[in-house]
Amino acid sequence: MSPVAAPTNETGDLTRLSAARMSELLAAKEVSSRELVQAHLDRIDRVDGAVHAFLRTMPEQAFEAADAVDRARAKGEALGPLAGVPVAVKDVLATNGTVTTCGSKILENWTPVYDATVIEKLRAVGTPLIGKTNMDEFAMGSSTEHSAYGATHNPWDLDRIPGGSGGGSAAAVGAFEAPLALGSDTGGSIRQPASVTGTVGTKPTYGGVSRYGLVAMASSLDQVGPVARGVLDAALLHAAIGGHDPHDSTSLDEPVPDVVAAAKLGAARDLKGVRVGIVGQLRGEGFQQGVLDRYAEALGLLEDMGAEVSVVDCPSFEYALGAYYLIMPSEASSNLARFDAMRYGIRVAPESGPATVETVMGATREAGFGDEVKRRIILGTYALSAGYYDAYYGSAQKVRTLVQADFRAAFEKVDVLVSPTTPTTAFKLGEKLDDPLQMYLSDVATIPANLAGTPGISVPIGLADGLPVGLQVLAPARADEWCYRLGAAVEAALEDQWGGPLLNQAPALPEGTASAAKPVSGTEGGAR
Amino acid sequence: MTAQTDMDPTPLDFDEAMERFDPVFGIEVHVELNTKTKMFCSCPTTFGAPPNTAVCPVCLGLPGSMPVVNHKAIESAIRLGLALHCSIAPSSRFARKQYFYPDVSKDYQISQYDEPIDADGYLDVTLADGSIFRVQIERAHMEEDAAKNTHIGGTGHIQGAAYSLVDYNRCGTPLIEIVTRPVEGTGAHVAEVARAYVAGLRDLVIALGISDARMDRGSIRADVNLSLRPKAAPGEDQSTVPLGRRSETKNVNSLRAIEQAIRFEAGRQAARLAAGLTVKQETRMWHEESKDTTPGRSKETAEDYRYFPEPDLLPVVPDPAWIEELRGTLPEPPAQRRARLQKEWGYSDLEMRDVVNAGAIDLVEQTVAAGVTAAAARKWWMGELARTANEQGVELVELTVTPQDIAELEQLIAGGKLNDKLARQALAGTLQGEGSPAHVMEARGLAVVSDDSALTKAVDDALAANPDIVEKIKGGKVKAAGAIVGAVMKATRGQADAGRVRELIMERVGV
Repeated sequence: MSPVAAPTNETGDLTRLSAARMSELLAAKEVSSRELVQAHLDRIDRVDGAVHAFLRTMPEQAFEAADAVDRARAKGEALGPLAGVPVAVKDVLATNGTVTTCGSKILENWTPVYDATVIEKLRAVGTPLIGKTNMDEFAMGSSTEHSAYGATHNPWDLDRIPGGSGGGSAAAVGAFEAPLALGSDTGGSIRQPASVTGTVGTKPTYGGVSRYGLVAMASSLDQVGPVARGVLDAALLHAAIGGHDPHDSTSLDEPVPDVVAAAKLGAARDLKGVRVGIVGQLRGEGFQQGVLDRYAEALGLLEDMGAEVSVVDCPSFEYALGAYYLIMPSEASSNLARFDAMRYGIRVAPESGPATVETVMGATREAGFGDEVKRRIILGTYALSAGYYDAYYGSAQKVRTLVQADFRAAFEKVDVLVSPTTPTTAFKLGEKLDDPLQMYLSDVATIPANLAGTPGISVPIGLADGLPVGLQVLAPARADEWCYRLGAAVEAALEDQWGGPLLNQAPALPEGTASAAKPVSGTEGGAR
Repeated sequence: MTAQTDMDPTPLDFDEAMERFDPVFGIEVHVELNTKTKMFCSCPTTFGAPPNTAVCPVCLGLPGSMPVVNHKAIESAIRLGLALHCSIAPSSRFARKQYFYPDVSKDYQISQYDEPIDADGYLDVTLADGSIFRVQIERAHMEEDAAKNTHIGGTGHIQGAAYSLVDYNRCGTPLIEIVTRPVEGTGAHVAEVARAYVAGLRDLVIALGISDARMDRGSIRADVNLSLRPKAAPGEDQSTVPLGRRSETKNVNSLRAIEQAIRFEAGRQAARLAAGLTVKQETRMWHEESKDTTPGRSKETAEDYRYFPEPDLLPVVPDPAWIEELRGTLPEPPAQRRARLQKEWGYSDLEMRDVVNAGAIDLVEQTVAAGVTAAAARKWWMGELARTANEQGVELVELTVTPQDIAELEQLIAGGKLNDKLARQALAGTLQGEGSPAHVMEARGLAVVSDDSALTKAVDDALAANPDIVEKIKGGKVKAAGAIVGAVMKATRGQADAGRVRELIMERVGV
């Protein structure tokens, strides 16, 4: 690394720095955490009116955390690499004392009394949490249009979707409103938004990061992961949130793979002997030509760096989407049952007739859930019903086993699998809102990894018609480091060609529209 | 269906019902475990704490929270399974049983469904005539308890209540549900077998130390299924006659109620069948006051619980070595232990049953071990102490008296320091928390007066005050001396040795 110096990029804007660079400057006391928090909150003020990435900002908490880190640093205390680097949080993660809505009206007033484990970990290492980001309601969607609080806009083109469900986190990072963000990925909710916003996002191995405090959509598929502008930044965040959690029985009891070292290794751009498999089922029909072009170029780059590229057959992937749309709604229908107006969230009285437990539950769920959520609850309830269970949920679980077998067989032949992250670049807001099946197809390439519990990353590989395209790298379970090594290699090679990060090519955002994000003073209750 | 055709005819007498029909029953028993913490979180399992004070994000089902299995509960389930001669599943799973109701905080209950931890066992129960009946166990599985609803206004039932309150303290308490196979071949003993089975289970969980086993507090709850079928024709095997339609009676919360509920249901069902009506497959509620059952939720509109494997928990895969280790911790089977102790103690069947029913078997055993005769131990625990416990509405073990106290008391009596009456006073002091009997004796000055000079004076005073009685004694009416003994005892505040007083009277009067 070059000797530490003050920010010298063209705008002199702290928000343009990578998280890794912020970390260096903080360590060298060239910049304070308070300055970083201030710069990002200012940026949010200027551009979030147009982007609408945030539902809430948390200035008081963020400054408090920043000041604590700055004081600790002044005293010479040992601090982690992300101490003082601001992080945005998808609003699906419980934050003690700060309203957590999951993008739903039904939770518009829910103030958690506890922190998700990943939030606890970030607070412990001293990352100021600057706000909660927008999302499709309960993480159901691929466009963030299903938020009860209005859609988020793609920083590359404000008329287009930022992906979903984590469009808020991806847009926040892509619009330089935060250097890092947390997301959750059930069928692609981290990787697909990363792909369409020109950012980086990882779904870790299932169990690699605690789900405790992640409001569940589909428990066997959900995974928390990092959203960033670069592969090394994503690795730093991944390392900070990963690891065993006794509160999550499905979390792996083993150390986090050394993803930071892998990202650094990858940046050396030497892939000699690395076996890369092209997923045969994810490269043709339904994929936009521009996406396939960038993908082909990326494959060429991998070969240039010494990788051995071959085509690998994963026949069951064809059925993955169908299986996913049975397993996910089944689990979701169960996980969302608890929103019954009895203990938290909004409570709506029936318009007529007596207010009994049943009528209040019914009226609340009718008023509190959006259409997409209702659609999935109905689907899942049906799939789990007596007489249908075997045909739907049971069959889907069998497909899931086959998908896992495909991965296992593939990883006997290759070290990693690659595909385009999404079949298309960002579509227009509203374009697929009335066609759920088209919307669901956005996740066709990302879903297999969720079914198998394996890790995946999306990294930008260029533009098609002015919009970002992502490359997905999939690795065996517990081998997340492969995602980072390959991702970092591709990133380094391409940034060399582009003369800097892809996001430098994004158009300037209009400034001055008032932000819709609600700044929260202190906490809103809870039990701190 | 109109109310008219749904009406039950007057129930048949139980004996008559048994003459005409063959009963088959099954029981589901829920046993609340006495683990320190709940099934899936670290909240304490408490009884009687202020509402909603033993709760956390997990048992309240807050969004994002996740369950973690209580290892101790698994241990209890395995030990119970072994004691019931069940096979322990190498891998068992939790499932979600889904239904909307405020007392399940997640609107699903985590329970084992198609993969229980214990399967295929039995419990031998001893009947009054000394015969042994084997009840086959289909399965025993782990689950979490629901919260407690209190309905305010109206009759206290949910129908007609103004509103309801929910206390989540109990929500998530670990339960084991033990399910029998259909129990056939009991004939007219059906109620006795059912009662003996639940009593046997209760004794077993007490012996295992896995539950407080307090039926009055709901730590053991039974649902009783009963059906009747026609008696087999002569020469026909009764077991080949198809089973009748069953009712399931809930809220049966005492051993006596189990017996009564079965007798009532048998009479009710028999009357319907005898009148050419069918028995509805339904859930019924037992009413302790009126000793009858009424329909609850109809099973015709049975809920679809949409069970599916709980994705937040891994399968339970106990290490075989651990299972063997737990096998080594099993207590002597209660029936075997009872028979052994009865023989050792020389109790009659009736005496033994009283001790068992009072939950005093451990106390008597410990008292005997402390050096007291079995007869004296029974006298104290089943007499004075049982009466006190009954008055205070507590269990014998909850009294402040220990087996060591009884041993001390007996030593004081044997040493002539206390007579029977004084011993009871000393015990009363111990019960009131004044310390051990010896301590109470000292503090209250209860010791027997054995100093002859003091006694002689008291006797002389009494004789002088009752010259007429003295004459009677002299005249050969020795019984009359009782009045003088009474006067002396009164004067010495009961602290005299009555035998010695009588001797002194005879001596002084000169007979």
